[in-house]
Amino acid sequence: MGKTVAQKIFDAHVVDKPADGVWVLSLDRVFCHEITTPIAINDLVAIGKDRVFDPSKIKAVIDHVTPAKDSKTAEQGKTMRDWAHRHGIKDFFDIGANGVCHALFPEKGFVRPGFTVIMGDSHTCTHGAFGAFAAGVGTTDLEVGILKGVCTMREPETIKVNLTGELKPGVYAKDVILAVIKMLTVNGATDKVIEFAGPAVDAMKMDARMTLCNMAIEAGGTCGVCYPDMVTVDYLWPFIQDEFASKEAALAEYSKWLPDADAVYAKELTLDVSTLEPMVTFNYKPDQVKTVREMEGTPVNQIYIGSCTNGRLEDLRIAAGILKGKTISPKVRAIVSPATPKIYREALAEGLIQIFMDAGFCVTNPTCGACLGMSNGVLAGGESCASTTNRNFNGRMGKGGMVHLMSPATAAATAIAGVITNSPLFTGK
Amino acid sequence: MKNFNGKILFLDRSDINTDEIIPAKYLTELTKAALKPYCLEDLSQPGFDPKKDIEGKSAIVTRANFGCGSSREHAPWVLEYNNINIVIAENFARIFRQNMFNCGLMAIQLDAAVIDEIFKTFSGTEAELTTDLDKQTFTITNGKVTKSYPFAIGDFDRELVKAGGWVSYADKKY
Repeated sequence: MGKTVAQKIFDAHVVDKPADGVWVLSLDRVFCHEITTPIAINDLVAIGKDRVFDPSKIKAVIDHVTPAKDSKTAEQGKTMRDWAHRHGIKDFFDIGANGVCHALFPEKGFVRPGFTVIMGDSHTCTHGAFGAFAAGVGTTDLEVGILKGVCTMREPETIKVNLTGELKPGVYAKDVILAVIKMLTVNGATDKVIEFAGPAVDAMKMDARMTLCNMAIEAGGTCGVCYPDMVTVDYLWPFIQDEFASKEAALAEYSKWLPDADAVYAKELTLDVSTLEPMVTFNYKPDQVKTVREMEGTPVNQIYIGSCTNGRLEDLRIAAGILKGKTISPKVRAIVSPATPKIYREALAEGLIQIFMDAGFCVTNPTCGACLGMSNGVLAGGESCASTTNRNFNGRMGKGGMVHLMSPATAAATAIAGVITNSPLFTGK
Repeated sequence: MKNFNGKILFLDRSDINTDEIIPAKYLTELTKAALKPYCLEDLSQPGFDPKKDIEGKSAIVTRANFGCGSSREHAPWVLEYNNINIVIAENFARIFRQNMFNCGLMAIQLDAAVIDEIFKTFSGTEAELTTDLDKQTFTITNGKVTKSYPFAIGDFDRELVKAGGWVSYADKKY
């Protein structure tokens, strides 16, 4: 019987099967941020096991609230900083070098096809875009990951989502994943991996593939996976060129993680992406999705462009392309947060930051802050935000606030109009 | 092993997410105990008052997809620090469920029809739960009606509950 991507990765990493359907896997990467890691660190200290299994496999960042906004967040940062220094964790990204974890770590080349990755963050599923198995876990799993380099996972079942056709202009990976979540519902992929396959995925760059995989969790999925191909190799090449004689050799090696032709799936879905329009969420669940056309004219108070979903360079290019020479509506305020310092620098060099500022955007440093209502763009009660983030839960960006999830193109157009609207790039053809 | 008996809090809704269980603004706390006052603070449920309705409760019965959203283990912790060590639902989000057992707490899955029957029989009454982990049954009584329900948890999950969580289990074994 053929195997899925996740089954192949599980087979290659199994340490133990303590019970039926339960796998203990060895970990290639343990990623850490300052919200969920300090309690794990403090617990390890308290039980006399302040150790790390392998400092080279642990990557850490301060990203959720940075720079610190108060004494408590300063304490969280300090706990991370002291711990990273104490254990010789070289890849620790502090203020000045820090960015949103799921944008920063891929950019550093930390994730490879076939890897197992955990992090105390539900959007860890993003890294499956490289053909890895990457899953969000709680602090206890993280703690054991740090100490022992293992994690338990249940037997992986996989849903295969075939994305056929070609995206219309003005329609993006964000619109695709919102449409897929609508089809699957918020728990349609619970305990399952989602493989994204087909010509529409093949045509996506890594930025778009990460957007796709980032929101697998919003359908309950453990991990979103894209198949490693030449796009993956090109992206990783600066980091792997010493390991392989050629890109073709790298691709041949990574191809062992492709699913077998007779792999068995729990479910298969097909979506012809050429039928899609720009999408937006309404209400408080990420599967509550309508077309922008249906939501046209809905007023918003704030626009937010950033996050691990859509704060990458390609996203900023798309938004700036729409904002160039325009200004935002006086009825709204707008914030852009390039997801990493590298993206910020490139956006500066390309003149994108100038465009955002001329349009009336506030440009903030890379941080997760606003997405989960912690800092840098929290909503007041009764306000709504047109946001390129991933979660529209009740109160997510601030108590009593409403979040409408959308693509950077739609967010930019909405900033100009002051109400939800389609970007001029979308002509419907 | 922790206590899995006591009064039930009924939450008649699906998709209760981790932001509702413990809002992100409290994730800056550095101790689990500090989370205690904020349990279910943002729960979107007409008539629910977190200040009054949680007091004295030791179990939750709810519908589908409980604990969806964030990976924050603060969600099970805030329940635990309010003496709620067991949640019974149609199903759970993966990370929340694993976090519960990793902490030595229980997330018990029952068929939708059984959950519905429990709601119809006991919701709105002073119902109390008694759990027998070895026999894998629990009993609910409200003084007038008493009913027993079988449940199934995996051998591994049961070992975690008995060991008091994944850290002590893993430390011995790996």
